[in-house]
Amino acid sequence: MAVEVIRDRYTGRVGEVTLGATKDQGGTRIHTVTVGGDSTLPFLQFEGEVPHRPVIALEITDVAPEWSEPLRAELGEVWGDPAAWAKKCVECGADLVSLTLIGADPERQNRSPEDCARTVRDVLSAVGVPLIVRGCGNDEKDNQVLPAVAEAAAGENVALGTAKQDNYKTLTAACMVHKHSIIAQSPIDINICKQLNILISEMNLPLSRILIDPTTASLGFGIEYCFSIMERIRLGALQGDKMLSFPVICNLGYEAWRQKEASAPASEFPGWGEQPARGVLWEAMTAAAVLEAGAHILILRHPAALRLVRRRLDALMVPNPM
Amino acid sequence: MILVGERINGMFRDVGRAIASVDPHPIQEWAQRQEAAGADYLDLNCGPAAEDPIKAMRWLVDTVQAVSSLPLCLDSTNYDVIEAGLERCKRPALINSCPAERPKIERVFPMAKRFGAKVIGLTMDKKGIPKDADSRTALAMEIVAAADEFGVPLEDLWIDPLILPVNVAQDHVVEVLETIRRVKTLSSPPPKTVVGLSNVSQKTVNRSLLDRTFMVMAMAAGLDGAICNVCDEELMNSVATARILLNQDVYADSYLKVFRKRQ
Repeated sequence: MAVEVIRDRYTGRVGEVTLGATKDQGGTRIHTVTVGGDSTLPFLQFEGEVPHRPVIALEITDVAPEWSEPLRAELGEVWGDPAAWAKKCVECGADLVSLTLIGADPERQNRSPEDCARTVRDVLSAVGVPLIVRGCGNDEKDNQVLPAVAEAAAGENVALGTAKQDNYKTLTAACMVHKHSIIAQSPIDINICKQLNILISEMNLPLSRILIDPTTASLGFGIEYCFSIMERIRLGALQGDKMLSFPVICNLGYEAWRQKEASAPASEFPGWGEQPARGVLWEAMTAAAVLEAGAHILILRHPAALRLVRRRLDALMVPNPM
Repeated sequence: MILVGERINGMFRDVGRAIASVDPHPIQEWAQRQEAAGADYLDLNCGPAAEDPIKAMRWLVDTVQAVSSLPLCLDSTNYDVIEAGLERCKRPALINSCPAERPKIERVFPMAKRFGAKVIGLTMDKKGIPKDADSRTALAMEIVAAADEFGVPLEDLWIDPLILPVNVAQDHVVEVLETIRRVKTLSSPPPKTVVGLSNVSQKTVNRSLLDRTFMVMAMAAGLDGAICNVCDEELMNSVATARILLNQDVYADSYLKVFRKRQ
């Protein structure tokens, strides 16, 4: 029996955001990365356009992190040397490098804004891919560090994060002045997500420079809830809601590797299997799920997870000729 | 909610005067004001006093299109006037309106097809406006059948169940609401529904309150569009709020502001 393929038609689409700037555009990146533009639900190429492939960033930190053993085994030799680590990410196939300035945290090394800015410049010199830079998460400190970073990276169109509902003005202003894109983060809440986008756009940051970080949970820890929020964001965009029509960025490595399913050694849970493969799979499966929910930029940690997700993406991006 | 700005109508004194004296400024000002207020269409009606309504309609269409890119809703009981306007429209227009009367259907629907225009069909016939929802729905069905017969897509058909002033025909209001619900079951895809909102409050006090209360009730019944005073800020706030409560827009604290800036 012939099956009738139902195609929905939407009035809106996800906006496009380009990260990075080449020499001609006032930066020093070898190439830029553009995401978004979708006019349908994730990967329904028979129904609408999926003009840009979702991209994968690998995360690095300014000072050596306390990540779990499989990550140390793979990356430990470059920890503490962000430029070398960034190069390794690019060699592993990362589309972008995502730098988290954990060392700025007053409860860690309390690095100065100037030191953080220097790290960003070092990373920019080391690699040609566009950059994501995120603060340590302490609002007060981030408001000192991120403007310095924005200035040091002026013109490079870095994705800077993260703006939150009660702390967005300083970062938005820094992005405006130094021509960067902003990561607008909401706590798994579509209403706050929309409100924050409204507040940022009211400061006149161009809509083509806003990314939504809806906050992601790991596989097994509430990912279903994130999935439905992301779905609603995409449906809102497709129905023409301009304040939800932004590409989505998901910080997955952090979420996946902080769960014991990923980070506990086999000696602790002998029935769970060897830790390196388990951790990589936990990260890759989390990524695979949010891709289906509409993520455009994935921040991962383990190069092996990147390779797995890339294979998944290859398959998802094959147009279905239905 | 598709909002048709009602203000460019010769029944309003300032617009009537502008038409009589061929003064484009008041017309263009209303076009721009209504567009800024969030209108999706602009209704054009040269009013009963226009000396040469065909000429007046052509002039209105040209005058408005010079300053606004919104599609137009051509409002007249004289179909030669509407045809003259359709010839000038740059974007598919809305014909306002056609009752369930065969000669008028035969005049309007082929014209709509020829110009790619949409049609507002009225749930009335030679006998007038029936009171109960059953009869209103039956007349709506005749118009749906006519659209099908003449090849006008059902998405382009808007049924107006004809709301009357509440101080004249209070018992009609619930019938109109019920008709809005039933019209949605007449075909697949269903026709759209639309009301001439300000009619409900004609010659009453508290016009704005009556308008916006009825608007919200009709939206809850499934109303798709209204010809209304888009410059009534409280009305627009009510529409925005009803859209939130009906889960048609995603809530955000600034939803009123976002709705106003939606164009």
